[in-house]
Order: sequence, then C-alpha cells, then structure tokens
Amino acid sequence: MYSLSEAAHQVPVIEPSAADGTFSLLWLVIGLPLLGAVVLLLGGRATDRWGHWLGTLMSAASFVVSLLLFVELLGREEGDRSVTQHLYDWIAVGDLQVGMDLLYDPLSALFLLLITGVGTLIHVYSIGYMEHDPRRRRFFAYLNLFVAAMLMLVLAENYLGLFLGWEGVGLASYLLIGFWQHKPSAAAAARKAFVINRVGDIGMALAIALLFTTFGTTSFSAISQVSGAAEEDTLTAVGLLLLLAACGKSAQVPLQAWLLDAMEGPTPVSALIHAATMVTAGVYLVVRSNFIFELAPTAQTVVVVVATVTLLWGAVIGCAKDDIKKALAGSTMSQIGYMMLGAGLGVAGYAFAIFHLITHGFFKANMFLGAGSVMHGMNDDVDMRRYGALRHAMPVTFLTFAMGYLAIIGFPGFSGFWSKDKIIETALAENWVVGVLALLGAGITGFYMTRLMLLTFFTTKRWKEDVHPHESPGVMTVPLVVLAALSVLGGVLLLGDWIVEWLAPVVGEAPHHEPPLPIIVITLLTVATVAVGVAAAWFLVGRREVPLTAPQDVSFATRAARADMYGDAINDVLVGRPGAATVRGLTAGDRTVVDGLFTGGSAGVKATGNVLRRLQNGFVRSYALSVLGGVLLVVLALLAVNLA
Amino acid sequence: MEFVKPTIEYAELAPLLIVLGGACLGVAVEAFLPRSLRRTVQLVLTTVVLLAAFATTIWVATDLAEVAGGAARGLLTAEGTIVVDGPTVFLWGLVLLLSLGGVALFAERRIEGGVSAFAGQAAALPGTEAEREASTRGWEHTEVYPLLLFAVGGMMLFLASNDLLTMFVALEVLSLPLYLLTGLARRRRLLSQEAALKYFLLGAFSSGFFLYGAALVYGFAGSMQFSAIAEAVRNDTENQALLLVGMGLLAVGLLFKVGAAPFQGWTPDVYQGAPTAVTAFMSAATKVAAFGALLRLFYVAFGSDRWSWQPMMWAVAILTMVVGAVVAVSQTDVKRMLAYSSVAHTGFILTGVLGVQGAGELADGQITSLQAVLFYLAAYGVATLGAFAVVTLVRDSNGEATHFDRWAGLGRRSPWLAGAFGLYLLSMAGIPLTAGFVGKWAVFTVALSAGAWPVVLTAIASSIVAIFFYVRYIRIMFFTEPHAGTPAGEVASVTTPSLLTSATIAAGVLATVVIGVVPGPVLDLAARAGDFIR
Repeated sequence: MYSLSEAAHQVPVIEPSAADGTFSLLWLVIGLPLLGAVVLLLGGRATDRWGHWLGTLMSAASFVVSLLLFVELLGREEGDRSVTQHLYDWIAVGDLQVGMDLLYDPLSALFLLLITGVGTLIHVYSIGYMEHDPRRRRFFAYLNLFVAAMLMLVLAENYLGLFLGWEGVGLASYLLIGFWQHKPSAAAAARKAFVINRVGDIGMALAIALLFTTFGTTSFSAISQVSGAAEEDTLTAVGLLLLLAACGKSAQVPLQAWLLDAMEGPTPVSALIHAATMVTAGVYLVVRSNFIFELAPTAQTVVVVVATVTLLWGAVIGCAKDDIKKALAGSTMSQIGYMMLGAGLGVAGYAFAIFHLITHGFFKANMFLGAGSVMHGMNDDVDMRRYGALRHAMPVTFLTFAMGYLAIIGFPGFSGFWSKDKIIETALAENWVVGVLALLGAGITGFYMTRLMLLTFFTTKRWKEDVHPHESPGVMTVPLVVLAALSVLGGVLLLGDWIVEWLAPVVGEAPHHEPPLPIIVITLLTVATVAVGVAAAWFLVGRREVPLTAPQDVSFATRAARADMYGDAINDVLVGRPGAATVRGLTAGDRTVVDGLFTGGSAGVKATGNVLRRLQNGFVRSYALSVLGGVLLVVLALLAVNLA
Repeated sequence: MEFVKPTIEYAELAPLLIVLGGACLGVAVEAFLPRSLRRTVQLVLTTVVLLAAFATTIWVATDLAEVAGGAARGLLTAEGTIVVDGPTVFLWGLVLLLSLGGVALFAERRIEGGVSAFAGQAAALPGTEAEREASTRGWEHTEVYPLLLFAVGGMMLFLASNDLLTMFVALEVLSLPLYLLTGLARRRRLLSQEAALKYFLLGAFSSGFFLYGAALVYGFAGSMQFSAIAEAVRNDTENQALLLVGMGLLAVGLLFKVGAAPFQGWTPDVYQGAPTAVTAFMSAATKVAAFGALLRLFYVAFGSDRWSWQPMMWAVAILTMVVGAVVAVSQTDVKRMLAYSSVAHTGFILTGVLGVQGAGELADGQITSLQAVLFYLAAYGVATLGAFAVVTLVRDSNGEATHFDRWAGLGRRSPWLAGAFGLYLLSMAGIPLTAGFVGKWAVFTVALSAGAWPVVLTAIASSIVAIFFYVRYIRIMFFTEPHAGTPAGEVASVTTPSLLTSATIAAGVLATVVIGVVPGPVLDLAARAGDFIR
C-alpha cells in the first residue's frame, strides 16, 4: 500500500463527501429505470397495454431526479461538488472489499442529464416508432434496462461497479441489436457486437485485476490518491488495457467492426445506444481514469493514435455508404474518434472531449431519429439512392435534420462548431500532425454529411410509385424538435468557459499552451476546410444524376470504404482464420488425445464396475462373507501398521 | 452396597426424551384408537413431537455452557453416559429436520391413489387372499410413525452416547425399527421383505462385531466410558493388540452402519427394496447419526492414538470411494444408483474424518475436520432426501419407474421436477453454487491440511467418475426422448403429489441452493458447535 505523502502529483484527487439531503436520492436515478425494467420483464403480457407508458415515465422520473441533483450540485462550493453514497457491501471476501458505492460529481452529473434527458426523448419517440410492433413492451423493458445499466456505469464509485454497468449496457445492446431476432442479419449483428465487445471486456477485466493487485482496491477515490506512487510501467499497462476496453465499447479501431452491423437494431436504439450514450462509455472511461492516464504518457499517446486513425477511418466509411443508418454509424465512429482524441490529449482536452460528447449526443440522436422518421415514411427503406427530394414530404423531419447537419459539420454558431473546433485547436497546440489530420477529418465530415443530406432531402425524387412519404406523428416529431433545438444551442455550455471550469475539479486545470496559430486563424481554417468538403459534395453528388444502384466501376478508395475499410476482412485474416485453424487443431487433439483418454478411461471404469457388480449377487451369505473379509482386513491392517 | 440415585439432566436431554416419549405415545395410539382416526392422529403427533424436539434442541443449543476454555460447549449428562455438546445439538437438529421430511414422505397418500406407500397388512403373505383383503379395504400400517420416532430417538442417542454400552443400545434402538420399515413396502412385497431380512441379518452380524470390540476395549481400558478409554490409550502401552483388535471391531460396526466398503453390500439391496420414503429417511438420517457416533468414538476415545487407526481409515475411505463411484456407473436402476452414490459419499465424508481435528493445530480461518464433516452431512442429507422424494413421484403403470430408460425425456414432460432432481444430482456431484460443492471443498481441504493427499487424489478421481453417472441422468431426462413405440404405460410420468412431498422437495431445493450460494451461516453454525467434550 502506498502512503499519501508519496502521491503528490497534479491530478485532482477524488475526495467525495457522504451523500445527504437531496443527494440521498441518488440511488433513485438508477433504481427507477431498473424497477421499470423489472416490472415490464416479470409482468409479462399483463403489462402490454401500458408498458410503454411505464417505461417512459420511469425514464422521465429519473431525469427529474437528475435535474434536482444537478441544481443542488450547482449550489455547492467548487471544491465540494463530489458526493458518494454507500448502498451496501457488495463483495466482502478476505482482502477483496467492494462496496456498492455511487459517486456523483460534475462529470457524472453531466452524464446523468445526457442519459436520462436524451433517453427520455427517445422513449417518447419509440412510443410512436414501435407502435405496431407486437413486442413493444419488451422493447421498453430493454430500453429501461439499458438506461439503468448506463447510469450504473457513470455513477459507480469503483471499477467493479463500473464493470457491472459496462456489462449491463453490453447486454442491453445485444438484446436490442437483435431485437428483431427473426431477421438472421439482426441476430448475426447482435452476436458480432457481443463477441467483439468481449475482446474489449477482457481488457477491462485484466485492468481491474491489475489495479487490484497493485493498489488493493478498485475505488476511484482510493486509487486517485495513491496512483502517483505506482510504477509507470504498471500504469501504462493499466492504461492500455483500459484503452482496449474503450475500443471495444466505443467502436475504435481495431475493434470497430461491430458498430456498422449494429444498425440492424430498431432506429431509436441506434440513436440512444449506438450514437448518444453507450458508445461514448469508452470516452467516459478514459476521462474518469485520468489519474492513470496522466501518469502514463505512453498510454496517452496510444489513445491519440487510435483516436486519430478512427476519426479518419469512420469518416471515409461514411462517404461511401448508401444505407442512411450506416452512413450515420460511420460518422458516429468518426466523431467518437474526436472525443477520444480530446481525452487522449490529457488535461487540456478532457473537458472538450466531454463537451463534444454532449453536443454529439444531441445532434447525432437528432439525426438518427430523423433517419428513423424518414424510414418510417419510406416503408423502412434505408437506401438513400431510393430517397431524394423528401424535404417537401417531411418538412419537420427535414428542418430538424438540417439543424443536426449544420451542427455536425461545424457550421459557425451551431453546437458542433464550438465543440469540434476546440478539439482541433487543442490538438494543433499539442501536436500539429494530429491537428492537421483532425482538420482533414472535419473536411471529410463536411463531405459525407452533405452527401447524405443531398441524397435524402434534395436532388430528384427517386422513390417507387407505391411509396408514399409522409410526416411522422407528433409523438415522434416533438423529440426531434427538442433535440434540434439542443443541437443548435448546445454551444452555450462553453459560454465563459463554463464547462471547462465545471469539470476542473474532476479533470484538473490545463496549463496554457500557446497554439501555433492564432485561434481565429484556426477557426477560419476549420470553417474553410469544411466548406471545401461541402462544396465537393455539391459538385460530386448534388449536381449529378444519382443512379438507383451503386455504380461498380469506382475507385479503390470507394470500394474500400464500401467494404467498411475491409474491417471484417482484416479481422478474418488476423483473428478469424488463425482462430478457426487453432480450433480445428484443438478439436482434433481433443478427439484423439483427450477423448481417447476419457473413452478409454470410462470403458475401463465401466468394465471394473461390471466386475465389481458381480460381487453384488444378492446372496446374503456372500455379503456376510465380504463383511467378514472386511473385518479381517481392518483388524490385520491395524495390527500390521502398529505392531510391525 | 448403598444405592445412589443417578442424576439425570432432564432439561438438556429434553429433545431425546420428547422423541422417545412421543414414540411410546404413538404405540398407545395404535392400541386404543380406531383405525379410521389413527393416521391423522399419528401424523399430527409425530409432527408435533419432532417440532417440539427441534424447538427444545434450539433452546438447549443456546443454553450450553462453555467448557475447556471456550473450545467446546456443553456437558456430560446422565452420569456421563450421554454428552450434550455443540456437535450433538447440531446433529440432533439435522436429524430432526431430515426426519420431518421423512414424515412428510411417509404420510403421502395421493401418489398411491389414496393409500400410503406402506403395506396394508405386512404379516399377510404376498399373493394371498389376506393381502388382497387388506389392500381392498384400504388398510395401511400406521405403526410406521412410532417406528420412525423410535429410530429417530435411537439416532439421537447414538450420536450423543459417551460410553460403549450406551452406543450399542442406541445402535440397536435405531436399527430395529429400520429393519421393520424396510419390509413394509406396499408394492413389490417380496423384494421388500427380502431386503428387510438381509438388512437384519447383516445388521445383527455387524452388531456382534461391535459388541465383541466393546468387550475387548473394556478388557484393555477397564471402562466403557470414552474419557476413561482415552485416558488408558494415552497412558497404557501394554496390551496394544487388545486395543487394536477392539478398535477394529468397533470400527466395523460403525462402518457397516455408514455403508463403507467392504461393508456396503447391504446398501443397494436395502435401498432398492425398502419403500422409497423409508429409503429417503434412512439414507439421510442414518448416515448423519452413524457419522456422529463414528466421529465421537474415534476423536474422543481413540483421538490420542489417531496414528494407529488413520492408515486403516485411509484404506477404507479409498476403497469406499472407488467401489461406490465405479459400481454406480454400471447401474441402471435409479435407486441402486443413488445407493452406490451414497456409498461414494460415505467415502468422501471419511476423507473429512481424516483431517486435522484440533482447532489449535490450524491457522486462523481454517476449518476443522469436525466442522467440515458436519457441513457435508447437512449438504448430503438434504440432497439425498430430496432425490429419493423425487423418485417416489416418477411412476408408470407398475408403480415407481426406477429403471433409467423410463426416465427418458422426463425433463420435457415435467421440467420443474426434473430440474429439482437435476439440482440434487449436481449438488451430489459437487458442482459449484450448490451445497455439495462447498461440502466437498471443505472435506478435501481438511484432509489435505492433514497430509492425506493420496485420499484426496482418489476422492477427486472418484468425483470425476461420479459426475459421469450423475450427469448421465440429467442427459437422459433432458436430452433424450423415449423410444418411439414404447407403450404409454411404460413411459414414466410424474404423479402430482400432495403438499407434503412437494414441500419436502421444494425445501430441499431451497436449502441446496442457499447453502451453496451462501455457505457462511451453516459453516458458522458448524464452527460454533465447537469441539467434542472429552
């Protein structure tokens, strides 16, 4: 164990006070949606009629509690904004003492609002979207389960509690991706997501084990106090393992391949889980573990590299997809890359990573729900080549989607402009190569989002005669409007550097780094790059005839992007085939060696059994003889051992 | 010579006296009440007696004084012939709980169509007019309840006795009712009577050895009392042969009762022939009582000389486990399979008996072999009672369907019951999260800490073999279908029992899971039982 005096370093120490007053309601935030899930899952068909209302209500109630807590936290002194609630002793075995503890601080406060707020809107939207689905009640049960697990993830005070939430959201994600399990593609996608996430989870489990052997605890506050005294190599190992976990959950290269297939799930799921919340858990993990990453520069560098590769990787995929949801999924991957980049940049970037995470939560949820609304009006067709000129048919969807579009490309004044710009700025200040690549990514974002926008809402009408696009009902458009407003206005969080100062007690204050160029130049440069991307899309897509089927005589780059940058092929060559070969070898070995041993052994046992069985002939005289034999044996053994 | 009135500690002996008194009352009920009332009265009487005895056991347990510096609790009663200490009350409680389950199974009437599983008139020759008459009139032997109470009383005395003579008397008191009960099956009368006779003959045979051993040990020590024997074993180095032969013969008597090889011959025949309700009671409760007595005799009387008897126990334990596990593999009858499994379990418990005895020789937090054995007995008793209870329900047109082919596909037809049986089998196999796993882990650990690794290795190997034949049943129940074309009467189905049997099975399942997931409380209880009073 390390003493406190050895641990003098610049990372803020987590020193929560015990929850009292309003804060003692903290457990309700998780408890309410969990109760909803339990009631809906156990209640069965009896709850079919009102299940969706209960689910929505529980999520909304959780939001209200989160809001109350947030207001209460605002009223506290800056140094006092961290409270912990001990629910019960979860594991108490020898040295392993883990409490079911919750930690509420500025970081988790923001997540609470995002998860319950966006979550509630998506619950409302789903009432309309899933109206005709016979298993709607189950859908809402899973949604509530997801919300509860995600809240557990961000409220846990130790890595084990976080892991509980981590696996919980994984389970909910699996169940919801495969919600339409009658479709083999959905079932396969769910399985793929599950398996790839297991790879990341191995990292998580090993990281927790390593933390426990190093520090003897998994509690954030305890580790943050002593992490400075640990060996840097250990911290680097922990950091890399945590990064592996983050890569799995947040679809970062090389564990990115599942996210595109995950779009098989119902669209509200894509919006909530695979855009706004769950996939950002990796970013949360890195920011939350700042007391490890700050002391492990090597691990931080790897985070930056992974993030930069992913933000370009996802953006390129987004350029070539004709499926509206997959294009958005590529974009999600890329945007999480930006967040990861912010988180990897350390103290200077943590706050901006979280800022971008929140604005992205708004505008990406908005656009996914918008895409769902479009699909709703287009008989669930997802191919943008069969859309076109939908702005007249679906004015509300179009306008709200446009707000999200302007936010993501970083149109000045919209929320994404503020958040992405800050990350690019910080990246340029820290390392110009990374900064330039991030800038390039912004340009590509401008291209693929404009392409998506043009193909869907502009250009010429390409849908078939039997399709009658129409606006979605109010229960679906109201959440769209709310999210659109948030997409536009999300930037206010940066007013007067509010979010930076708000998060400072958790992530620390950044030393000032002078960017290589004046900030206004960087901003102009970013806007200009985006403009180039938008213009390119206009000339390559907007001005031309859009063929109904994707042309095949395309460049290598397009083919690669269409094939998800060969993500599956790479997995197959690196993991799949060697894995299959190993399994074949092991199976053969199992058949011949192990089975041989066992069949041989069991045949031997059985033969012996049959021989011994014959002694059991039913004659009492033989039994008595055997007793007598036993008596002689026992007595002679006693005498022989003791008197010999 | 002046006659001194013996002092009897009635308060501490209350559980024992209640059971034996209840049994006598039951005999009076048989004599004076009309047939129509007897079953109800006996059932109520027996249940009340067992509950009262259990309640007083708890009361006695909370009231035991500490002795030997807190290592043990309790006192010598009845002029030193009976000892009421921690292990005694623990095992009393266990025996009484298992007996309650046994009574519930005895009283089950619904599965035989309104009559109990016991013969209408045991004295009537099978196949005669008298038997048919007893059967058509719906008679049943309600003497089984007082017989059960006598057996329970004998068991409680057996494990609490502190001298060889009391132990012998208790042995007979517990055995004789069991011989009778074994012969009372309503169906397959000849098999049942044959089993009873075999059990009686072999039991009498082994009792003879026990008695002769007692005489030899008396000759060596000059006393029947365990404390005096222990004293003599410590101080007297003459006449070792007398002691060793006596010890061996006493061991034979007890090893016969627990069903250790090579004295296990009676087990499969008796388990198969006896009414299954009796088998359930007998296999669970007798083993608890006999192991209690065996532990007390070998730890208290011969404890200081354990190097002379341990090699013999090693050999018996190894032989028992191997015979039990290996022969069980080739069994095709579920009751015989469970019988051999019970033999294998005897071996596992003997493994625990070989562990370190004194708490003083252990590190903090380690358990003694006494605690391990107490825990194992609880886990095993519950599982075996429950498993036999399930066997009573699986029937075809000829009564209980014990051949394992008949069990094919049972999991599809009655998933709950098959699930319960599967759980009991998993517990007996020692799969984690069941009580059996913790029990196995406990006895293996204590044996290892005493250096008995050859026994533990054999135990692990036997466990692996055992898993094979347990899991085979699970496979048959859940993953096979009856052969196409099997007549409907030959496919076993589950008869709906009354609340009595269902409650017993459910309680067993609950206990197996709870003890498996949270073994702490029961282990604590076993630990709080402390040591034997010497």
